[in-house]
Amino acid sequence: MASLAPPARNDPARVLVTPEGIAMPVKLASRGSRLGALLLDFMIITFAMIAVIAVLSYIGSGLIPGGIDKIGEKGKDMPAALEFVIILIIAAAFLFRYGYFLAFELGPRGATPGKRLTGIRVAARGGGRLTTEMVLARNLMRDVEILLPLAGLTSLFGDDSLSKWPMLAWILAFSLFPFFNRDRMRAGDLVAGTWVVEAPRIKLEQVLSTGQSVASGTSTYTGASYRFSDEELAVYGEYELQTLERVLRDDRHEAMVAVHEAICRKIGWNPGAGDERAFLEAYYTQLRHRLESGMRMGKRKANKFTS
Amino acid sequence: MALISMTRGNTEAAIEAAALRSDRFRQEREPDWKRLELIVTRMEKGRIGKLSDADLLELPVLYRTVASSLSVARETSLDAATLAYLDSLVQRAWFLVYGPRTTLWSWLRRFFGGEWSRAVRAITPEILVALALMVAGTVVGWMLCAQDPDWFYAFVSPELAGERVPGATREVLREGLFGKANEDGLSVFAASLFSHNSSVSILMYALGFAFGVPTLMLVVQNTTMLGAILWLYNGVGLDYEIAGWLAIHGTTELFALLLAGAAGLHVGRSMAFPGELSVAEAAAAAGQRTATVMAGVVLMLLCAGMLEGLGRQLVDVTATRLAIGGGMLVFWLIYFFLFRHVPQGSED
Repeated sequence: MASLAPPARNDPARVLVTPEGIAMPVKLASRGSRLGALLLDFMIITFAMIAVIAVLSYIGSGLIPGGIDKIGEKGKDMPAALEFVIILIIAAAFLFRYGYFLAFELGPRGATPGKRLTGIRVAARGGGRLTTEMVLARNLMRDVEILLPLAGLTSLFGDDSLSKWPMLAWILAFSLFPFFNRDRMRAGDLVAGTWVVEAPRIKLEQVLSTGQSVASGTSTYTGASYRFSDEELAVYGEYELQTLERVLRDDRHEAMVAVHEAICRKIGWNPGAGDERAFLEAYYTQLRHRLESGMRMGKRKANKFTS
Repeated sequence: MALISMTRGNTEAAIEAAALRSDRFRQEREPDWKRLELIVTRMEKGRIGKLSDADLLELPVLYRTVASSLSVARETSLDAATLAYLDSLVQRAWFLVYGPRTTLWSWLRRFFGGEWSRAVRAITPEILVALALMVAGTVVGWMLCAQDPDWFYAFVSPELAGERVPGATREVLREGLFGKANEDGLSVFAASLFSHNSSVSILMYALGFAFGVPTLMLVVQNTTMLGAILWLYNGVGLDYEIAGWLAIHGTTELFALLLAGAAGLHVGRSMAFPGELSVAEAAAAAGQRTATVMAGVVLMLLCAGMLEGLGRQLVDVTATRLAIGGGMLVFWLIYFFLFRHVPQGSED
């Protein structure tokens, strides 16, 4: 599987060809949603970390003989249980730092909670199978890309020496990396052979052409029957059809009135009022029928400008 | 004129037959789509347990059915909402059908059963380079200190050195090496060592991205420190003791750092000299190869942390320390270079 022709510089659309030979369009995640996902994940990690440390410290402080006041006195009286609690804290810190991203990205959704909330996921570049090694590699790089620059950034404040310039260059090199390649990869994506794509979860909408007024072209409201001639349908193409579909699905009255008026003007009808939806549904169905019949004959009309 | 009225007649006939042809197509297949969506949603939530075997077996079949629905719909339907739904459903199912196929358990079995050693062998040239650098760094550290003891302070940070500085007596230096068995908090020490060393090794690896240069510098920096400490103990005639003190965990820890450095160099080298591949392809291939090495490095550092935090404190005899350290080294060498088992069912 390979991606097809190289896409234009800022076009997020990519086409993967599945083993079944189906072109599967994917859209690269925007840099903004990736940053948002990262911030969300950091928030989740921070809260979880605070919660774990609070619980463990609470348990731990109960384990110190003589209470928390003696905590400074290092030496002979550290009970084994307390030692264990401290190890748990160290292990938790380690796991949150390295395990969080790893565990979630290896899961069936290929995304951390932050990525899920922003509707994106990790995928293998070019469309192969996402492997454990890829997820490992992209997260091993996270340290130098994010944590190190963050630590460096804080040290920059109040530092007037010359040594801050290489650090600044370093931070910029990594944080701007996704802006300097077509596939919006961060350094970890490059090394892992992955990219981050949009993972839309779309519900199946109602069929628009089953309504009474649609089927017969007759308004259930007014009983008016809408039939459009071929010429009246020929003025619009697929683009307008799908705009009309969106208007019908959104079901906002003002929009429907406006579109109703626009269509009537275009085909030279006298726009009435009060029965816009029935009119639009009938027009939609008949236009779609016309365009789909054309499709089956290999004729497509992209929009109103194409003949 | 006749033609127009004919098409018009056709249009009317179709409308009278209720729904559009493409919508009838949709209605006929909708149960399959819904069923796939249900299975996919459950799997995405990690609730495979709630799915029957029949459902799981059906996933690839349904996926192909829905995928073919999608390609038909693309040619015959202009219902944007349905097309978007099918696009998303096929994509989600595709990620599951062609997603990571392994469970953690089977991955671990393959990892220990040969993938790890194979990945290590694949970067042998870089291991040799990193080894040469480490030896060179140690020698340089030693020689510079021998020339001018002030170098010691340049290589070993004051917090780390503590009392171990040039001019310290043999007794002070010896005291640091033995008699820690009764101290408390050894396992905490081991855990913090592990955590710290893992971060350093991951950093070392990740810096390989900058064409390997920072990795080279880190390797040298870490080993000049080693050279300086060896020089210090050599000066008071404690070579044998320091060897044991370092070897018990050092064979594992330094080996792990060696592998991390070599892995970083491998990534850097692949990007600088991608050969026939594009830079991105070369980087990805190197990254995936070395990720396996790095997973192993973290495990080695877990071993090293325990050996340093617990083993070294509890074993107070230099000969035993040397035996343990030597044994570990032999074990790693055999495991990496002589154990050439290729596990079944590799992902690639």
